[in-house]
Amino acid sequence: MRPGIRLLDESLVERVLGEAFQLLRQPSVQVGIGEARDLLASAGAVVDGERVRIPEVLALNCLGTAPREFALYNRGGAAVVHYGGDAVHFDPGSSCVNVLDGETRTRRPAETRDLVLLTQLSEGLPQFDAQSTAVVCRDVPEAVADLYRLYVVLAHSSKPVVTGAFSAETLPGMLDLLVLDAGSDAGLRARPRAVFDVCPSPPLNWTEFAAQNMIRLARAGVPAQIVSMPMAGATAPVTLIGSVTQHAAESLAGIVIHQLAAAGAPVVWGGAPSILDMRTGITPVGAMESVMLNLACAQVGKHLGLPTHGYLVASDAKLLDAQAGAESATSAALGALAGINMISGAGMLESLACHSAEKLVFDAELIASARRLVRGLETPTATLATEAFASVGTEGFLASRETRALFRSEQHLPSTVIDRERFQEGMVSDAFSRARAAIPQLLASYSRPPLSATLLAEFAAAVERQARRFGVTFVPSAFCPSEGQPGSFEVISDL
Amino acid sequence: MIQEILSRMRQSIIDGAPQHAAALALESLQAGMEPLAAINDGYIPGMSHVGEQFGCRSLFLPDVMAAAEAMKAAMAVLEPEIHRLGMERHVRGTVVLGTVQGDIHEIGKNLVATLLVAGGFRVIDLGCNVAAERFAEEAEQAGADAVGASALLTTTMVHQRNVIAAIERRNLRPRVKVIVGGAPVTSKWSAEVGADGYAGDAQRALELVKRLLSTQSAGETL
Repeated sequence: MRPGIRLLDESLVERVLGEAFQLLRQPSVQVGIGEARDLLASAGAVVDGERVRIPEVLALNCLGTAPREFALYNRGGAAVVHYGGDAVHFDPGSSCVNVLDGETRTRRPAETRDLVLLTQLSEGLPQFDAQSTAVVCRDVPEAVADLYRLYVVLAHSSKPVVTGAFSAETLPGMLDLLVLDAGSDAGLRARPRAVFDVCPSPPLNWTEFAAQNMIRLARAGVPAQIVSMPMAGATAPVTLIGSVTQHAAESLAGIVIHQLAAAGAPVVWGGAPSILDMRTGITPVGAMESVMLNLACAQVGKHLGLPTHGYLVASDAKLLDAQAGAESATSAALGALAGINMISGAGMLESLACHSAEKLVFDAELIASARRLVRGLETPTATLATEAFASVGTEGFLASRETRALFRSEQHLPSTVIDRERFQEGMVSDAFSRARAAIPQLLASYSRPPLSATLLAEFAAAVERQARRFGVTFVPSAFCPSEGQPGSFEVISDL
Repeated sequence: MIQEILSRMRQSIIDGAPQHAAALALESLQAGMEPLAAINDGYIPGMSHVGEQFGCRSLFLPDVMAAAEAMKAAMAVLEPEIHRLGMERHVRGTVVLGTVQGDIHEIGKNLVATLLVAGGFRVIDLGCNVAAERFAEEAEQAGADAVGASALLTTTMVHQRNVIAAIERRNLRPRVKVIVGGAPVTSKWSAEVGADGYAGDAQRALELVKRLLSTQSAGETL
């Protein structure tokens, strides 16, 4: 059996949905764009100014047209991420503004070279089935920052990408890049490479930007991942179950807008719910309560038969220390047990404000362990133990045929990042040092995807078009002078 | 009698009880107490206590926010009376606060506002999603000593630069100090956009404003 975990019993899930449907009527949902309100009104919702009362029957109809599963494809056209059922995938956390500089162990603003490094590392780590547009590059002008992140990742990776737009104006440019990557509109629709996070604003507010992007993504056939993020006690009820209910209402409203724009378009019941620390006002993603919120929200989505997402494997610690390890390992294991389809957050420290290449490498080990956990105890032999005893007697297991045949599947062998060495005087290291030491080798085995010069030129031209539109005068190159060694960047275009 | 009502005023703030705080304010006026005495010796000590206890983590965000609500309720009763009597309230300075355009996150900003009030400042809170020009306009009209621009999102923090530019266009600097804050903001960013200061939390924001304004005036009346 696949081990699992459930925090809510069925009757409580029903109560969550029952109250979520009530919230859609009263206090109702704010929808910031006329186009979405018109769609909702013509489908039977009651529009009053920007407030929209969504009837339960409409929400149920839209749940009926939302697909129960879909795939994300890599550059080679293989379906490598399965959204649906209990499939579990991990991707690094998204949109960090800072990195923990591995050299100095201090925090500094993220730059293009950091995004390249994180992308190259994630490319080589099999625990990550998808990339994320992990950081916002300080050396890139704001107006093209979201598009530029996607460009860098597409240029350096073949994996699917979890991304997102920073405004309604910038999404079309990002979709253009993906169309170029896929070869055509139809190609992108048939084999989407990316999923876009779209965030309603708690409580119960689909802003102009978020609602607009849900509509555009639905019509483009590119998967939308609803990332509702109630903050229990601040922008949502303080009870965990109350926040789960608000999350359900916000997500249901998003699905209604999305499915009315294009019935059958792929959509994910995602989230980044959290508590609020009442002493500091930060959102502690590593807190067990935040993990519980993620698991419970995903369980409601699974109950509805929808693909799911959550924000886990991140920490509130500032360094890759014991707290970071404990929080990340716990949530990786619990998220995997819960069968959340896409789990974002690896590599992140400081409550999602700081990315660390070393933590990303370390977290990959935690993810590997979590995956081993959900594989469960298997029964690859005809008898559980009696035949093993029959063949070797009471000793000799170590050299037996069965041991040699099965130990690699029975036991996950971690990399040298996890310390299982015998004690050696003078050879003791901490996790940060071991993760850091693993980076050069990972980079050495990295090779850039073989993109045609034409495609690269088209990518660059699309970035340039967007830059011009926003009056931006330069963007840095996505490539370093010496491949594999992120360093100083040339300006690709002095526009 | 006076001591007793002042003590109850202080407690109404600590309890975060707006109706009680307002009722006491009314009661004090009816009893002939000076509204300034009620504020300075009754309610403000309550706010200061809450601010201090929050600083040492004996009280929590909900307590501070509830105290601010109670303070607001008391002020709504007392301020018209102050104006009616033609009196002036001594404050340490006037601070215009808001969350920048495109950003609707105001928990942090509200906390800063609360602690500034507790610290004896007059706060003009513009709310959230505030255009850069409005910060400058309000600062000019109110004769503000400082402007605080908050941003939670990496995508909106860039507007802090615009707030500073708008204030400069009105030639309000260097008299008006500009502080920036919010989760993605750092002291480096603060320096980059040309702000006068940055603080990582509300308590430090209060200290920052005190420090910035102590160099230019010893307080003012309004």
